[in-house]
Amino acid sequence: MKEDPGFYDYWAYHNRPKIEWPNGAKVAFWVAPNIEFYELNPPDNPQRKPWPQAAPAVAGYSIRDYGNRVGHMRQMQVLDKYGVRGSISLSTALCEHHPEIIELCKERNWEFFSHGIYNTRYTYGMSEQQERDMIRDSMETIYKHTGQKCAGYLAPALSHSELTLDLFAEVGTELFGDEGGIYTCDLFHDDQPTPIHLRSGKKFVSIPYSLEMNDTIAYVVNKIEPRRYGQNIKDNFDRLYQEGADSGTIMCIPTHNYQVSCPHRLKAFEEALEYITGHDDVWVTTGREIAEYFLENYYDSALADIAKQSGGEI
Amino acid sequence: MSLDKTYLEYPERSYGMDHDRYDWSMLTDRKPVEWPNGNKLALWVNVGLQFFPLNQQGKPFKVPGGMTMPYPDLRHYSLRDYGNRVGIYRFLKAFDRFNITPTFALNSRLAERTPYLMDVLKERGNEILCHGEHMDALHYGGQDKAEEAAQIERALESLRTLSGQNVRGWISPAKSESASTPDLLAANGIEYFCDWVNDDMPYQFRTENGELTAMPLSTELEDFFVIQNNGHSEDSWVEQVCDACDFLLNEAKKQGGRILALNIHPWLLGQPHRIARLERALDYITSQDGVWSAGAGEILDCWKGQQ
Repeated sequence: MKEDPGFYDYWAYHNRPKIEWPNGAKVAFWVAPNIEFYELNPPDNPQRKPWPQAAPAVAGYSIRDYGNRVGHMRQMQVLDKYGVRGSISLSTALCEHHPEIIELCKERNWEFFSHGIYNTRYTYGMSEQQERDMIRDSMETIYKHTGQKCAGYLAPALSHSELTLDLFAEVGTELFGDEGGIYTCDLFHDDQPTPIHLRSGKKFVSIPYSLEMNDTIAYVVNKIEPRRYGQNIKDNFDRLYQEGADSGTIMCIPTHNYQVSCPHRLKAFEEALEYITGHDDVWVTTGREIAEYFLENYYDSALADIAKQSGGEI
Repeated sequence: MSLDKTYLEYPERSYGMDHDRYDWSMLTDRKPVEWPNGNKLALWVNVGLQFFPLNQQGKPFKVPGGMTMPYPDLRHYSLRDYGNRVGIYRFLKAFDRFNITPTFALNSRLAERTPYLMDVLKERGNEILCHGEHMDALHYGGQDKAEEAAQIERALESLRTLSGQNVRGWISPAKSESASTPDLLAANGIEYFCDWVNDDMPYQFRTENGELTAMPLSTELEDFFVIQNNGHSEDSWVEQVCDACDFLLNEAKKQGGRILALNIHPWLLGQPHRIARLERALDYITSQDGVWSAGAGEILDCWKGQQ
């Protein structure tokens, strides 16, 4: 085990090279719906229990199923209304279980990125080859069902190994060259993209995907009120929009159809989306588009600036 | 280091669900439902009338809302009992004031212990459904099937006798089930149950003994979940209920009848400082056009008649 995962160097949030998003936007705004499949009877993992009680875990399983049966369509209609294409963090077995949902998202040109096979299969305890196989399966499944060359990764249930990012990037290159496996959502250290060190030396970037704005963190962990969640989103946006005048920032709202789409919660989310998309200088985009834009335009200058800071230059 | 190879095998990875209890179906793909008299939103007010035994065994877990202190936990025992002595009568007044047709979900042990309350409920004639034996009589994965079968038979026989109703509906204590619970419920003449929270409308659920209907009783919006589990204010609960009412009414106008299910507990909302919040929520909902307050079985029958 390491003291520091070693993915990135310290890089102060001031005096960074200025990022300018397309059309002078201050904030690159993206919504990442997690579309997940949890199994009723998953196999045991040595380090993490999928459910708190012996099967059947009716409460946990059924509310997640609610997200697919009821919630998905509601959230999709709200995103349509505000011109947002979702960047889906996908349990890729959902392509087999619920192809109707995949089809609806394809029609809308939403992005699909890998969130593993099932959200009840954890990376913990896997050999390097097993994790590589699981990641490859997930990326191939996305390609087979959507034709998309998977660009991003959020490890299933945020279960990682030390090699997760390396493996994802390597499998992406094997399958799709430079178009596959270019960004991760697994790190929460910044409000701007960060170049990531990989053993392959591949150009790869961390795109901010916020835990603080994540509906499940808000509702299940922090247990906040729907209106307060809506207000937090607006406040988060206001500051990133203000700072984005100096250098472009990223705001992400990660959602779950079983949380945000409940009848007593959707209004607060919709009001927040209306507020954000009502501003002029917002680039409403997807995870892949942000990653590609950064890699193309700012990756090299970011690396040079980080190297300068690491050498002690202020 | 590696996991057993079965960890990367996915035997249920195919179309639909990963079990055969019910079919995969998106709500928007179903035939729109119409409620009586052109109404859009069925209001199902479900009142949990519960008995939390002082000598709680906590097998296999301590029921949420139950005893937490060393025996005898008089604090929680008596505060829960408050609901059945005091809170429920505040509820009944509120229901009559706003013309609500409630449904009462009773632990059979409570029905046995409080004949006066049973007479009051029988006199009103509202539907009574079974909420298991008592709050410490949990159904759970790995439970002995014969033991569970006897538990369900006892609860239903007792409640059917004491209520004079045939008792069609069921909510497991803590909505906790074993793998056999739906099969046992169907074998005992139950028509609908409310433990699965995966839909906003009823749907058919397979058992070894014929089909049940799963009725949508939201946990996320219930008083205990919002106020006790999440620690939200009473005013926030009202706001959330009103937002849900607005949302579902609006959706019903486009997609057909919806159900607003409020699961509430007199030991919680029946307190003097909270009852006005329940009244405010009921006032708001019943003042909307297109709301039909009905018992769970009535809503079920109306839905079933259109399938």
